[in-house]
Amino acid sequence: MLKAHQLRFQFANSAPLLRALSLTLNAGQWLGLSGDSGAGKSTLGKLLAGYLAPQTGAVTLDGAALPKSGVQPVQWLPQSPELAVNPRWRVGKILREAWTPSDAQCQAFGVQPSWLSRFPQSLSGGELQRVCVLRALAPEVRFLVADEISTMLDPITQLELWQALKREAEQRQLGVLVISHDSALLERLCPQRLHLSDGQLTSI
Amino acid sequence: MLTIDQLSLQLPLYASWWKRDWATCLDAFSLTLSPGEVHAVVGASGAGKSLLAYSIMGLLPTPARLNGQLYYQGKPLDDIRQRQLRGRELALIPQSLSALDPLVRTQRQVAWAAQRAGQSSAHAWRSSQQALDHYQLDARAQQAYAHELSGGMARRVLTAMAHVSQAKLVIADEPSVGLDPHQRQRVLAALRGLADQGKTVMLITHDLRHALPIADRVTIMRNGKRVETAPANAFQGTGDSLTHDYSKALWQALPDNHFSTSETSRTPQLQQEANVA
Repeated sequence: MLKAHQLRFQFANSAPLLRALSLTLNAGQWLGLSGDSGAGKSTLGKLLAGYLAPQTGAVTLDGAALPKSGVQPVQWLPQSPELAVNPRWRVGKILREAWTPSDAQCQAFGVQPSWLSRFPQSLSGGELQRVCVLRALAPEVRFLVADEISTMLDPITQLELWQALKREAEQRQLGVLVISHDSALLERLCPQRLHLSDGQLTSI
Repeated sequence: MLTIDQLSLQLPLYASWWKRDWATCLDAFSLTLSPGEVHAVVGASGAGKSLLAYSIMGLLPTPARLNGQLYYQGKPLDDIRQRQLRGRELALIPQSLSALDPLVRTQRQVAWAAQRAGQSSAHAWRSSQQALDHYQLDARAQQAYAHELSGGMARRVLTAMAHVSQAKLVIADEPSVGLDPHQRQRVLAALRGLADQGKTVMLITHDLRHALPIADRVTIMRNGKRVETAPANAFQGTGDSLTHDYSKALWQALPDNHFSTSETSRTPQLQQEANVA
């Protein structure tokens, strides 16, 4: 169980973005998060994955703090995959940085064997996004924060990505926080949905 | 207004230092745009949508191989004419925000665009002011440098530049990416407004759903080919009036519709194509 307790966060020289915010994500749960731009959705995602530290409050995984090293059990998937990969590494090396997926897993996410010897610039955004999602699914991973991962995809690619992720999550009881502007998408994916505004969460 | 006739484009692909292959990016693509319409070009990433825009504007990299013909207002649109018309009658709202000059303040940049279109400098300054006000960029944003603007603001500056140039053909390449719903509505409504003034707008996007309310016709692209051109109102209900399976699949896959791959999109041929890619 991933738990955020009374998180408070503000960037230097600005008003508090998140105020006493609490959130629980269970194993196997799909939770949707919406909110206007600048409301702090991505900041909350980064806090949960340990990219940022809150000023007060804490993020705990089964009651313990997030590990300091090794493959992180909470993975944050950013919107732009091209900024999340090393442009000098071939796709195969990028993918195997965290773990080595089997051929069947590659196929489930539509990652073609021929991509592995190519550089990330030669893949399209949608193709690279699938590589990044697969990279984040190392066996140690138990929770995912999917931050607008399908906004730049056409409807069919978007659908295929979510179907593959849904299957994988069901098998392994992954908890997934889906951040998106797209309320129709959130309704399709997540039984429970939250809205972030003024640093507070309300359920919808 | 603009006729694209059997346009084919190949770009070099280097397998190693000495081995060059040619990737086909546009494959015998034909399309006619008429004045006063918003024509949406929709397709997956890598379908060749942006390259189509660059081909029309004449902004392709030198080694590109382009075949086929472009006609603008009945006359062939060649390199020389593209250079004359670019920024005057033809305007591109590029996808990349790095198209803004990082060393110039917003208003100066928009005024330049107006001057390029033939306005006197005083007039250009005034019309740039009006255009920026129209897109709700406040005094602070008007005096800001590109790096001080948010993504949504920068996109509105680019739209304002196309607006002041009085172009007859505006090509907008993914103008609504990264905007929140309210701003997206504004930018799309502005494009519709341009078309209502008798201009031609080509809206390049992967976002079928938000293009539909403002578009007159929609062209679906796949692997550099035109799959189908349909009126925007064909995209409703179960999409039965669409003739091609891929367009239907695209429509059905939207979260507000079925959010499922129908039988048709799983034909062996499509599967095979996916494996080749």
